[in-house]
This record gives sequence, C-alpha cells and structure tokens, in this order.
Amino acid sequence: MNAYSAPYQAMHEGLEVIWDESSAEAVARLRAMNEAGNITWDLVDVVAADAMRLCDEGLAMEIDHDEVLAPAPDGTPASEDFGDLIVSDCFIPQIVYSTTFGYRTDVEAWGGNTPDDICDVFDLENFPGQRSLERRPIGNMEWALMCDGVDQADVYDVLETEEGIARAFAVLDTIADSTVWWTAGADTPQLLADGEVVLGSTYNGRLFSLIEEQDQPVAMMWDAQVFDLDGWIIPEGLPEDRLARVLDFVRFATDTQRLADQARWISYGPGRASSAPLVGQHAELGIDMAPHMPTDPANAQRTFLFNYEWWADYRDDMDARFQAWLSQ
Amino acid sequence: MTDNTADTPAGPVLAADGRPLKASLNRALRAQKIRALLLIAPLLLFILITFILPIADMLFRSVENQIVRETLPRTVAAMEEWENHDEAPGEDVYAGLYIDLFEAAEFRRHTRVGSRLNYEMTGISSLFRQAGRGVGRFDTDIYTDQFTDLDAAWADYATWTGLMGDSAIRAALPETAAAFDTWVRITIEANEDDPAEENIEDFVFFSLYRDLAGSGYSGSNALLSAAADAVGGFDSISIRDQFEDLDEDWLNPELMETIWVYSPSYTPGYFLTAIDMQLSADGITAQPEDRQIYVTLFGRTLFMSLVIMGSCVLLGYPIAFLLANLPMRVSNILMILVLLPFWTSLLVRTSAWKVLLQQQGVINDILVWVGLVADDARLQLINNQTGTIIAMTHILLPFMILPLYSVMQTIPPSYVRAAKSLGATDWTAFWRVYFPQSIPGIGAGCILVFILAIGYYITPELVGGRTGTFISNRIAYHISSSLNWGLAAALGSILLGVVLILYWIYDRIVGIDNVKLG
Repeated sequence: MNAYSAPYQAMHEGLEVIWDESSAEAVARLRAMNEAGNITWDLVDVVAADAMRLCDEGLAMEIDHDEVLAPAPDGTPASEDFGDLIVSDCFIPQIVYSTTFGYRTDVEAWGGNTPDDICDVFDLENFPGQRSLERRPIGNMEWALMCDGVDQADVYDVLETEEGIARAFAVLDTIADSTVWWTAGADTPQLLADGEVVLGSTYNGRLFSLIEEQDQPVAMMWDAQVFDLDGWIIPEGLPEDRLARVLDFVRFATDTQRLADQARWISYGPGRASSAPLVGQHAELGIDMAPHMPTDPANAQRTFLFNYEWWADYRDDMDARFQAWLSQ
Repeated sequence: MTDNTADTPAGPVLAADGRPLKASLNRALRAQKIRALLLIAPLLLFILITFILPIADMLFRSVENQIVRETLPRTVAAMEEWENHDEAPGEDVYAGLYIDLFEAAEFRRHTRVGSRLNYEMTGISSLFRQAGRGVGRFDTDIYTDQFTDLDAAWADYATWTGLMGDSAIRAALPETAAAFDTWVRITIEANEDDPAEENIEDFVFFSLYRDLAGSGYSGSNALLSAAADAVGGFDSISIRDQFEDLDEDWLNPELMETIWVYSPSYTPGYFLTAIDMQLSADGITAQPEDRQIYVTLFGRTLFMSLVIMGSCVLLGYPIAFLLANLPMRVSNILMILVLLPFWTSLLVRTSAWKVLLQQQGVINDILVWVGLVADDARLQLINNQTGTIIAMTHILLPFMILPLYSVMQTIPPSYVRAAKSLGATDWTAFWRVYFPQSIPGIGAGCILVFILAIGYYITPELVGGRTGTFISNRIAYHISSSLNWGLAAALGSILLGVVLILYWIYDRIVGIDNVKLG
C-alpha cells in the first residue's frame, strides 16, 4: 500500500484510494456482489488459485496483459516480463511469496542441530517438539509425499491415487499428535515467539518480520518452500468510467519500479523479472532485502510451485478427506 | 340470557350511533389493528428483506441445481435415449455436448458448470476448462468446407436467414435451426458482432450434416435438396472420437453418468452429502469412510453445545445467586464484572484464552511452578475440545447469568425465611423452595446459550484445533472458500431443523411458558 497508492495519490490530487480489508473472502464476496448485480470493488487482491477460480466463474475480467500493463523499462512486453507468473488470463501478478518454515534457534533437545531439510519436519526423533502446519491439505500433502521417497516431479501423479493419498496421510499421522493446525498466517509467528511450537510453516514475509523486526530467536528453513503468487484481478462488469480509472491505476502500480518498491516493506519477491535488480533496502530497518527474498538463489535451492490446475480439480475431494482425517 | 331479551328488543345489539354493536366494535378494532401494523411495518419489512428472504434464498439453494440443465440442455435431452449406462453414450449425446460446450464457452459458463460437477466427481473442473478451448478446434470444419465447396451460397449469411425464415424448413431441420439460432445469439450477445459480417461457425454445418444425413430432406428447396443428395458422399468424422482425442476421460461412463444424475433442476445431492451419503449411479450410497465427516461434526456440535450449556449453568448459577442476594453496592460491582466481557471484542477474548491456555501459557506455567504438573508433561488445554469448551463457556456465561439474575430477583426472600422458620435446613429450603422458583431462569439461560453455542464458529475456529471444531466451521468454509453454497445451505438447513426439533422437545419437556427472562 505504501508502495502503490501513496505515490499514485501524490500524482493525482484529491483522489482517495479505499482499501477494503476483507479480501480473504474475496471469491465469495465477489460472487455475492455479482449475483446482486452491484460490484463495489474496482480491484481485488487475491492469490493465484482464487484468481483462477474467479476467472472460471466469469467473475473476473480477462485482460490482455501487454495492453493493460506497462512494459519493462527496456521495452520487454509485460507478458514476457511477468512470464510464467501469469497463471490465468485474469490475473495480474504482484508478488511471489512462499510458505516456508521457521524454527526456534534455542531448542536444547536438538543438540545443536538445526533443521535444513523438509523431512526434518516429520522427524520427531531428531527434532522433537510441537510443530505448526496449516489446516488444509495444500502444501502439507506434497511435503509428506516428498518425505516418503516420492520424487518431487511425481508428487501430483502419486497424489492422484488412493495409495498415494494413504501414504501422505501415513506420514502426516506420525506428527499429528505434536502438531498445532493453524488457519491464520499470524498464528505460527505467535506460536514460535511464545515457544509453543519449535517449528512451523507460514508465509515467509511473516517470518521476516518476526526475525528481523521483532528480533525473535527464530531462523528460516527454506528447503522445499512452496511458492505462491499474489496479485490483482479486475471484477467483470465494471462500468466504463470505473474501468478506465482502475486500468490507469493498475498500469501505474504494477510497473517495474512500483513492484520493486513493494519489497522495501516486506520480503515478498516482485512479480516482474525486471524489478528484481531494483530491490533495495528495507524502508525502515535499512537492511538489504535481496537475501530475504524467497526467490534469492541461496534460498531457492529447492522450491515447489503449486500445481494450480491440479488443486482446482482435487481441492474439494482432498479437503473432505483431510478434514475427516483431522477430526478422527 | 332470558332477562336480557326481556329488556331489549330482538335483533342485534346496537351502538349509540345506531349501527350494530358487533360491526361497530369490529371497525374500531380493525382501525386499531391497522395502526398497530403500520407502527411495526418498518420493522416487519426490515426483517423480511434482510432476514427472512435471504434465509429462504439460502435454503432454496440447498436443492437448486438448474445450472447443469441450463448449460447443457442438448446433452441432457439426448441422454434420455441413453440406455446402457455401463458404456459411454453414443454419438448423439456427444453431438449435443459439443454444441452445448461451444455455446457455454463463448458465454464463459462452461467452467461454472465444471466446478459445480467437480463437487461430485473430482477432475470434471479441468476437463470442462480444457474443453472450453478444445471444442473450438474440433475437426468439424470439414463439414463447412464440404458444404461451401458444394455451393458457395452456404457461406452466405443471407442464404441462411432465408432458409431459417421458412418454418417448414425449420421443422425439417430441427438441429440446424437450433444451432443457427445459437450461433446468432453467440455472435450478437457474447461477441457483440454483426452476424452478417461473421463466418458461420462449424457447428452449424455440423448440425446441418447431421440433419440431412439422418433424416434427409424431402422439401422443395433446391439448395437443400442438392445438399441432401450430396451428403451421402461427404467425408464425416465422429464427434465422440473428437472428444476422446481431447481427453479420453470424456468417454468415461462414470463422468457421463454424473452429468446425468445431476441433470434434474432440483437435487437431493447436497443434503445427501451433508449426511455423509452420496448420489451416484447406483442410487444413494454411503460416502467412503475416509470422507465421512459431517455426521460426526453434527454430533460433536450438539454434544459440545450441551456441555457448554451445562458448564454455564454450573458456573452461572452461584454468581446469579450472589448478584440477586448481596447488598446493592456489592452486587453492582459484580454486575459490572459480568458485563465487562461485552465491552471487549470477541477476538481479543479468544486470543487472550490462547495466551492463558497454551502449553507455555500462564495457566500451565503456574501449575508447573506450584508443582502440580511436570515441566515435560504440560497440559494440553487448547487446540482441542477442552479449549473450545473453556473459551466458549466464558464467552457465553453472561447469557446464562443475566436471565438467571432477573428471575432470581423476583423471588421473594420471605419464602425461604418461611421455610426455615418451619424447620427446614438451609439445603432443604434452597432445594425445595428457592431452586424450583429459579427454574424458569435456567430454562431461558439454557435456550439462549445452547442456540448461540450451536451456531458459533469464530471461537472454535481459533481454539478448536483438530477435535474442537463445529459444523458451523464447515459451513463457513463452504461459503467463503470452496464456494459450494449448495452444500453450505444444506448443512445450514439441517442445523436449523435440528434446532427447531430440539426446541419442540424442550417445549414438550420444560414448557416454553416456563421460560422467563425476568
């Protein structure tokens, strides 16, 4: 917000940008607005999977990325600058974030070892203590299978079979009793800070502020971090004048400099390739942001990108199984 | 009666103005009623518009299922003829599906029906998304080419409008007529183009081929007769094979069966899912065991709500008793303490419980410090049922105390004194005299707490962990995350039904007249 709307407002006097804080329920709210025929949002911040669903439901506007978004300073068209991050015709990528692990650096029972492999999460013998994982199948199932000897490339093929699902749950079973299941991104940082868990997954930006801004004895484990994308969609069916206004803002707020500026506030990687070299120092702490980016080569040695299409199909089924498994 | 008739003349009693008294009374009453109704009209309208109608709409969604029939009308109609459901249906169904999907894709509705059917069978969502792009690339252009090679007039929009303006030709070529209309609609509404300037889509020629090859043409139109004579020699393709090339899952009988089973406009499917059953090709069957969850959750919700209600009675009764019997000065302070939680946000209170109850939290720290609990065996008080029960009992306690207090205030202290003066012990006086008089307050408190508890979802979501979540958490999930509003509505309807039944039972046992708020 500091990076996007403040400079835009400075350019356009008298313009007020109103941010509605409820976009966690964006998909449901947009559908309801669409049914009521009254779209009150001009631009909605969503994760990639939701953007895909909104596009599927016809609730988000399909855009021509090269036409709507500014090219990179060297003239590379937007669609190339964003590259693979354009996972849906409606999606305007903003940032790359990742779901990764933070661990406490002061656990005596670990005897000086620190977890550096995703499978350490499932290793209660060498790394005893409570963990926290997100209360949903996405991410957890993939990690579980990777630690059951499945090759990263085959994870989704295996997860399609009954046997594969059973294997993933069997791995999760081993830590189920020592796991706190979180639903909000702020849970793991709080649990880590209180020493309630010794190891937990959350968004990397949350861990950044826990470690760098709040100075807690916590460190990051980047192995098998799961990339996800956050970005914007424009709701379908906006009247001409609002559409023109929002397109103007989008063009401004997603240019190379703005996306790089965003990284001065939190450690989320900019969606454009051309923004990466411009990422500088934290606005207040003055530390170099590049090494904290999930996309930094040192952090991105083994990464995982959601298979959005796969989850679009299997989400309902897998969620039912996951919840049934949880409440056993 | 007899002495009345003796004094007054026979016939109706008259009012002072000479009208019959009954009519006059009625009129006065009616005016009063209308005035009363007008007074409450704003509230009534408000409740109707913001409460009753949305609920009715939501309940309706639990059975509504028009999307399949509306989006795939030809497919569903052709499926009527599908006999052997162990095998994929024949060419006709796929021909219908082709045009339906083409149309749906142009209007961007195919993915919507895809996500609807994906609730029932995993994988349909991407199949439909893929097909939206795929059907445009089917090889049906061979029909277009062959017809236009035969006579260039076929490429002319004017030829078509001429043919399709003739009702006899429309009747002879039903599929073609429907396909042409669809194409015109797509061009005008979805693409906002002028049909006269656009190329006629392949699926129209495909339909024309099917009509002519299927039943021929015996009318007098020369162009059509020539085409009907020629189609015998045309190259043809199987649309079923085209679907198979797109993705062999399209020939999976189970997929087509799912479309068929969910084609009626109204479905019991959501309700069945909500009680861990499913509507499948073999009729109604139980869900596989690893997907059964809702019945457990309903049971747990009821059980935990009862426990919460019980602990509210146990904790609230003594406090209400003190409030009602202590001197005003002290009881006022107590009352403020009871009301204090209302001034604090629900989220703050729930988060405070997290800090208190977690394993490294205040309560465990104290227990360890006192020596009641070993440091390595700290109690698990949160992220399970215990956590939900503790936090919710705290949050709902005022709703128990307040009705209890207001009822207890009306109990005259002289009754207990009288009992004691007649020789009753303290306990007997309380149990036989005071307690029965406070039962209406317990009844009111229990109803309030139970009904509030059964629909709670924020607190269980935050502190419930694996075993402490309620059915309302799943409803919230289906409303805001999975977008399966039908299932959410079915779950909500069942919950509403359960509450109404419990209320009825309660009325039979306790009697609703026996409930007092003061």
